[in-house]
Amino acid sequence: MNYVPTAEGAFASVEYIMRDVEYGWLLRYMHSTGASAFFFVIYMHMFRGLIYGSYQKPRELLWLFGMLIFLVLMAEAFMGYLLPWGQMSYWGAQVIISLFGAIPIIGDDLTLWIRGDYVISGATLNRFFALHVIALPLVLVVLVFLHLIALHEVGSNNPDGVEIKKNKDENGWPIDGIPFHPYYTVKDIMGVAGFLIVFCYVLFFMPEGGGYFLEKPNFEAANPMKTPEHIAPVWYFTPFYAILRAIPDKLLGVIGMGLSIAVLFILPWLDRCKVKSIRYRSMIHKINIAQFTVSFIILGYLGVVPATPELTIAARIFTFTYFGFFVALWVYSKNEKTKEVPTRVTH
Amino acid sequence: MKKLLIALVTLLPSLAMAASGHNVHLESANVKLHDKASLERGLDLFQQYCSGCHSTQYQRYERVAADIGISTDDMRSKYMLNDAKIGDLMENAIPTADAAKWFGAAPPDLTLVARVRGEDWVYSYLKGFYADETRPFGVNNTVFPLVGMPHVLQDLQGLAVKQEDGTFVTTGGKLTTEEYDQAVRDITGFLVYSAEPVQLERKALGMWVLGFLFIFFIIAYLLKKEYWKDVH
Repeated sequence: MNYVPTAEGAFASVEYIMRDVEYGWLLRYMHSTGASAFFFVIYMHMFRGLIYGSYQKPRELLWLFGMLIFLVLMAEAFMGYLLPWGQMSYWGAQVIISLFGAIPIIGDDLTLWIRGDYVISGATLNRFFALHVIALPLVLVVLVFLHLIALHEVGSNNPDGVEIKKNKDENGWPIDGIPFHPYYTVKDIMGVAGFLIVFCYVLFFMPEGGGYFLEKPNFEAANPMKTPEHIAPVWYFTPFYAILRAIPDKLLGVIGMGLSIAVLFILPWLDRCKVKSIRYRSMIHKINIAQFTVSFIILGYLGVVPATPELTIAARIFTFTYFGFFVALWVYSKNEKTKEVPTRVTH
Repeated sequence: MKKLLIALVTLLPSLAMAASGHNVHLESANVKLHDKASLERGLDLFQQYCSGCHSTQYQRYERVAADIGISTDDMRSKYMLNDAKIGDLMENAIPTADAAKWFGAAPPDLTLVARVRGEDWVYSYLKGFYADETRPFGVNNTVFPLVGMPHVLQDLQGLAVKQEDGTFVTTGGKLTTEEYDQAVRDITGFLVYSAEPVQLERKALGMWVLGFLFIFFIIAYLLKKEYWKDVH
């Protein structure tokens, strides 16, 4: 179409789309705003699963597929971000791909294999383009399908964390269940409309998102000879990036960042409590979730700004509390003092 | 816990400092994109003073003419390089490789400079030149220290000389201070336009889209309420 996946043509072709293609600007802003919106929605969805215990038995598989979607989405977003071939595209990719070099023995060969060149170049751009538009979207579609299949097996959780299939009427229908259509289709239309209002406000009135959705240096074409003053990933990666920077050793930093995502996968087995929803769990659990939320947001902020000695200390503290959430959860959830869970959904 | 709290409180000011970022004071450009006369003056100044070295190579003469509201004939006769066609991208006059030799750095393309640096930066930069004999062209810049560019607008602004108390006194320009500010604002406006020519159209369309969505949301809300009446 109009995008040119080469090092010479990519940046100019994006500006061509912004200027010369009819409504190309609209499509481009939908795509750039959509990337951030997608992550915002995914984070909200994960947070809901977290507070209502939706990852717990019997929904472990559902959670795992969801986490795989999150992981593939991060790869999808990372590779897509290189394609405009701006300064931040180039140097962001440079930083992240070089992380693989920290792996002992195979590190250097691995980075070479990923880039397809000794530096980030047209070869890297071209393969990222292929992965971004075909390979990873296909993987995502399959994972979304599996996510839904897994959901159908166990049914949705609810804010009370009650298994509605334990209370069935004489026909075998759950008493507290309502059909997806028309109830949730109609409710979701309303939800989509609300989402689109916020989305279109950003799209039409602040498409740069204050420099967080489209970073300013990315309006300058990639220049391998000139490093930007400050390289920051897009906001949705920054909590993990802050953890990476907080750890002084490069290899340990990479491991720390990997663990911060990996630990979410085993959440269903770290939480040993029988009660799902935050509504009926102990005060210590509520405090723990609150501190985790705060840690995650502050880490996200710390990943955006340039590191100073004070901020690095702050990043270390919140890296500690981030992982502390999981350790504490594992410890107290075994014998947690919970409230009594109702047998029926309350509202 | 107490120690942690104390640490957090002492960290807060440095967090705020880091957030504010810039250390150079920038003046507000106050650009008005609706003002087509200003954009035209900006185009005029840019083509006269800037386009020799700086391209705006992502935009085309024809589109700029249409958006700013001048005829293609005017565009052709006043602003285009000799061999350029109306649908061409707006290139610079001198070869970039030569320019890199003469100035020590290639003059960057300026189509998107207002998005990279911000409009206030462009405005303050163009006002920021002052005499400095240690520099190759005899001028330095308050916003962009040690910049390789000469003060091309010197015949308009005059030359600013730093006084002992740190203020600047400007003499020898064709324009008064107010006139120069306006000229720089015009150039900045043109560059803000160049960086995103669709900006006005985007906002106008956005009003319609949001208007539609608000009405749609109300209907969707009423529909949901109706269907969910019997769910308790």
